[in-house]
Amino acid sequence: MLALIPLFPLLGFLTNASLGRRLPKTVSGAVASAVMVASFAVSVMTVLDLAGSPPDARAIEQVVYTWIASGDFVLDVTLRVDPLAAVMILIVSGIGALIHIYSTAYMQEEPDGEYARYFSYLNLFAAFMLVLVLGANFLVLFVGWEGVGLCSYLLIGFWFKKKSAADAGKKAFVVNRIGDYAFILGVLFLFVQFGTLDFQRLAGMAAALPPEEGVFGALSLATLLLFVGATGKSAQIPLYVWLPDAMEGPTPVSALIHAATMVTAGVYMIGRNAVLFSHAPETMTIVAVVGALTALMAATIGLVQNDIKRVLAYSTVSQLGLMFLAMGVGAFGAGIFHLYTHAFFKALLFLGSGAVIHALHGEQDIRNMGGLKRDLPVTYWTFLVGALAIAGVPLLSGFFSKDEILYETFREGHTVLWLVAAVTSLLTATYMFRLVFLTFHGEGPNPAPSHPAPSHPAPSHLAPSHLAPSHLAPSDAPSHPRTVAPSHLHDAPPAMALVLVVLAVGSAVAGYIGMPHGLGGDNQLAAWLAPSFEPPAGARPAEAEAGPEGALELTLMGVSSAIAVGGILLASYFWLRRRELGAALARRYAGVYALLLNKYYVDEVYDAAVVHPIQRGSERGLWRGFDVSVVDGAVNGVGAIVAEGSAILRRLQTGSVRAYASSVLIGVVVILGYYLWR
Amino acid sequence: MIPLGHYLFVSAVLFAIGTAGVFLRRNLITILLSIEIMLNAVNLTFVAFGRQLGGFDGQIIVFFVMTVAAAEAAVGLAIVIALYRHRESLNPDAFTALKW
Amino acid sequence: MMESFTAVVPMLCVTVAALAVMGAEAFRARGENLPVGGLGIVGLVGAAAASVLLWDRNAVSFGVIKADNFGLFVTMVLLLVGVLTIMLSAPVVGRDGLPKGDYYALVLFSIVGMIMMATANDLLVVFIALEILSIAVYVLTGIRRDDPQAAEAAFKYFLLGAFSSAFFLYGIAFTYGLSGSTRLDRVGAYLAAQSLSDDPLILIALGLLLVGFAFKISAVPFHMWTPDAYEGAPAIVTGFMSTGVKAAAFAAFARVFLSAFEPFSGDWAPVVWLLAAATMVLGTFVGVAQSNLKRMLAYSSIAHGGYLLVGLVAANEVGKAAILFYLLAYAVTNLAAFGVIALLGAREAANDELRDYAGLWHTRPALAALMTVCMLSLGGLPPTAGFIGKWYIFSAAVGAGYYGLAIIGVLTSVVSVFFYLRVVVMMYMADGPAATSAPVETPRVALAALAAAVAVIFYLGVLPARILDLAVASVATIF
Repeated sequence: MLALIPLFPLLGFLTNASLGRRLPKTVSGAVASAVMVASFAVSVMTVLDLAGSPPDARAIEQVVYTWIASGDFVLDVTLRVDPLAAVMILIVSGIGALIHIYSTAYMQEEPDGEYARYFSYLNLFAAFMLVLVLGANFLVLFVGWEGVGLCSYLLIGFWFKKKSAADAGKKAFVVNRIGDYAFILGVLFLFVQFGTLDFQRLAGMAAALPPEEGVFGALSLATLLLFVGATGKSAQIPLYVWLPDAMEGPTPVSALIHAATMVTAGVYMIGRNAVLFSHAPETMTIVAVVGALTALMAATIGLVQNDIKRVLAYSTVSQLGLMFLAMGVGAFGAGIFHLYTHAFFKALLFLGSGAVIHALHGEQDIRNMGGLKRDLPVTYWTFLVGALAIAGVPLLSGFFSKDEILYETFREGHTVLWLVAAVTSLLTATYMFRLVFLTFHGEGPNPAPSHPAPSHPAPSHLAPSHLAPSHLAPSDAPSHPRTVAPSHLHDAPPAMALVLVVLAVGSAVAGYIGMPHGLGGDNQLAAWLAPSFEPPAGARPAEAEAGPEGALELTLMGVSSAIAVGGILLASYFWLRRRELGAALARRYAGVYALLLNKYYVDEVYDAAVVHPIQRGSERGLWRGFDVSVVDGAVNGVGAIVAEGSAILRRLQTGSVRAYASSVLIGVVVILGYYLWR
Repeated sequence: MIPLGHYLFVSAVLFAIGTAGVFLRRNLITILLSIEIMLNAVNLTFVAFGRQLGGFDGQIIVFFVMTVAAAEAAVGLAIVIALYRHRESLNPDAFTALKW
Repeated sequence: MMESFTAVVPMLCVTVAALAVMGAEAFRARGENLPVGGLGIVGLVGAAAASVLLWDRNAVSFGVIKADNFGLFVTMVLLLVGVLTIMLSAPVVGRDGLPKGDYYALVLFSIVGMIMMATANDLLVVFIALEILSIAVYVLTGIRRDDPQAAEAAFKYFLLGAFSSAFFLYGIAFTYGLSGSTRLDRVGAYLAAQSLSDDPLILIALGLLLVGFAFKISAVPFHMWTPDAYEGAPAIVTGFMSTGVKAAAFAAFARVFLSAFEPFSGDWAPVVWLLAAATMVLGTFVGVAQSNLKRMLAYSSIAHGGYLLVGLVAANEVGKAAILFYLLAYAVTNLAAFGVIALLGAREAANDELRDYAGLWHTRPALAALMTVCMLSLGGLPPTAGFIGKWYIFSAAVGAGYYGLAIIGVLTSVVSVFFYLRVVVMMYMADGPAATSAPVETPRVALAALAAAVAVIFYLGVLPARILDLAVASVATIF
């Protein structure tokens, strides 16, 4: 039964991959969507089944077969649904299905073969993500982990003819590889320590150990390695650089990556190993701090970006930071809660932006938008709901989950982190509504309101064009004025509109499942999830009583409501009422503005530190015969360093047989020398 | 009776001469001959050990090695001829089309 | 009396087939086209049947050939390699105008040598087997007489091979002189009695034998011939020698060092550790810079030799079984990958540059898909054979306490995915003429071979348990 959940999308993949080019679009799209719906249906049945059993026994396990058996180590391919996995499969298959349906309309202009290729990747992506969340041990999770990495690579680079897309795909790949390296080491390390890779048994064994309070022991090291892996998948400092570029893929792919799959993998993995992490407080601190910093940094960058998808991309990085903050302070339930609500509104926002881009025939620069409210009513209203939700306006889903993170952070005594998160929330509300106002309000294309053209440097001058792929240069100049007159704009076609409305409803009400005690709710989600974060058979501590702290919770709730409303008002003041003021502000603080616009120059630092030296090398002829596009793509430090080292090492192979013979002789001399003179 | 050490020393010297020949000579045929010298140095070692240990094992092994060496030399010469036909050169350094 | 022949029956089957191929070629009428490839397959299948019958019987012939389960496992791998090679060769031989009879006879003779090497229980027999397979493979490398690169490749391979086998033979001579025998069991018994490990002659013998094996499995720094020979040889021959030769050499390496020289593992393990590390690192990192697919896969196969060495260093029960499993996984995958390259070539142009694969998905979807599976398996991504193999090797290393090797191994395999995936990206995500000079119809036999190989790759990746059990049982009998 459980195996069916990933099997359905896999079937869709196989169908579209093998027959896709002979199938008409309607069929391949319908097949791909239908398998996702089927997968969702099975997931719902599974979860209902799960809910029917008592809280202590909420786990369904299916041993598919014995995968690896070596000596006394036996590893089964086991799928397990527990409350945490239940939430995840619903998100992945549910939101995933919606995105598939949306894609059938969005990708309509692709030729048949490409259309099928797109859907086959999409199905495969979903299948691997479902394997990831269903896996009952690290190795099965790893299958999904590697699989989603591979698929994201293929999907981000889907429009490979666009160089920036191909580059973004490579960047995602290289960055994720670095994370994966740490992740694999972490897994091997755990294996050495505990001799098992099953999550429940690991949790049970770790629970028996004392927490590594104040010491950085084996468990801390293993969890830290795992966390580094998570920063790669979930785009945290320092491995976040791939995610903003990942928007080069088709917009529904961005929605899938940002909302339902891939980036949630890291958060999920920590939640899955909550017991391990909570026994390594040192790692937890690192997780919380990295999360908070990422949240703040990405939010500040999001404030000044002018590409509609790039704003959303940084907002994802920022929201993921909040989730990691929650994980780091031990509020696993709050983190997963936010993951769940975020899936709704971020999918909604991305798909809404996709509808805007679709209507404007590829225009992504918000300075060339404005006044779209009239022509795209469905898109506008749904987008607005998403924006309100992410901003944390009371009674929408984002409010509850974000508030819970803030509350838990404060309650655990991390006042500074709480402050960072609060500021992030303010910024979130502001940049989201900047986006809404600039895109949908006003009279038409904005007269470059936040564009102090002369004062900030254009990085594209710093880097030679062939070495600085276009994604390095922020889209800081309006490419061209809008060519389509507003009257010709079409709102989202039915399939897309339907999905937007469904997601908007979800974004509005999804939070009630986790309504906090303070508001008279009973936070069902937290209670539902709780067993997943505790050792399997261990004595469970009494449920935390919300009563005495209700006042604190209500106070903080008021604060965050005020923050959300304040942020929106701020945005409306700068970008709705007094647009010139925003521009003036940007001019006044040109330095800060440029810093933010250029994303703290992180890409440029990579550029200067790695790409330029290599370029100099290439001018000296080091790269003869070497495919230069690889260098172009591998702007990320490690990729380029590897490539350079490789180019030097290969020089050893001179082609002269005499040199080869000397290599053999050197080997002989070294080995014999070692034996005789050691 | 000449002690074993002397034989071993001579064969080691022969082996070294052969090895040096592979590096120093610039004619493919001579290099092949150098490798033959190396193999024959090993043969000398076998015979010397065989005599020391008594029995015929050492000597018999040498016959096997000689057979193998002959086969190897035949193939080697054929390859050298094929090579010569393409490039009209017997200098090993002339063949560096494959590299890196 | 007959009893003593049983262990060599698989070898005899292949030898007879090889002789039959030669005879058929010699007596065929001009212009007559004989199915000699099929003849070879019959011989190989017969050998496989004989191997199955010999399983668990520990047959020994003449005291020097030992058909124990370890040897038979490798024999089966070699026979599989042989069958796949012959099936994949069918379209290539005709297309490139290779001398058909010579070609198949040489392939079969080298398989005889490989099987002999895998089952040899005597150092001299190891040497003779090594030469039988090497001489045949030297000729195969240069079998395209019209191709200067093939001649150069054959020459380099030959010269360095002969050079290093002299060192190997010298090592055998010292071993013989010390222990009075070349039989592995007697050598082992002698060495076990030596308490003092710093007798220089023993160590010299050990070092020289190490060199000989390291050359054949192209361990760094004895690997220099590999990229050149692999690039210059016809693609299908490269596939054959990168898998068959390596499997045979590894089997002998493992047998000699894990049985006879086991008492001295404290002396050779550190050296092999270094070889393994250097091999994995160099193979992977130089592979990144390659733009020729054959050359890239040559470096990749160097790196894979490094992973196998890790299993040898770890040398616990898991490690030994891991070597066998990995050999099978690697052999099938690598051979299939080279098979695809061979099928895409044409007589005039090898079409083996990476850019020749741009957009292959459009023109030859089946080959592109098969190649993708091979690349993912070589990269060690789940759920393919390569993943299980790597997992097994690394967990053996970790289990034996070699954390350093495991860390290097994981790092290099993480990096290596970069260049394997480049091929996939080229095929699916780039526009290009995609080997337009090649026929778009893929020959049936070859396609069947590739499909079988991919089926094995997935079988080993998804349901590895049976083969793993078999590997564990195989190593249990001898070490």
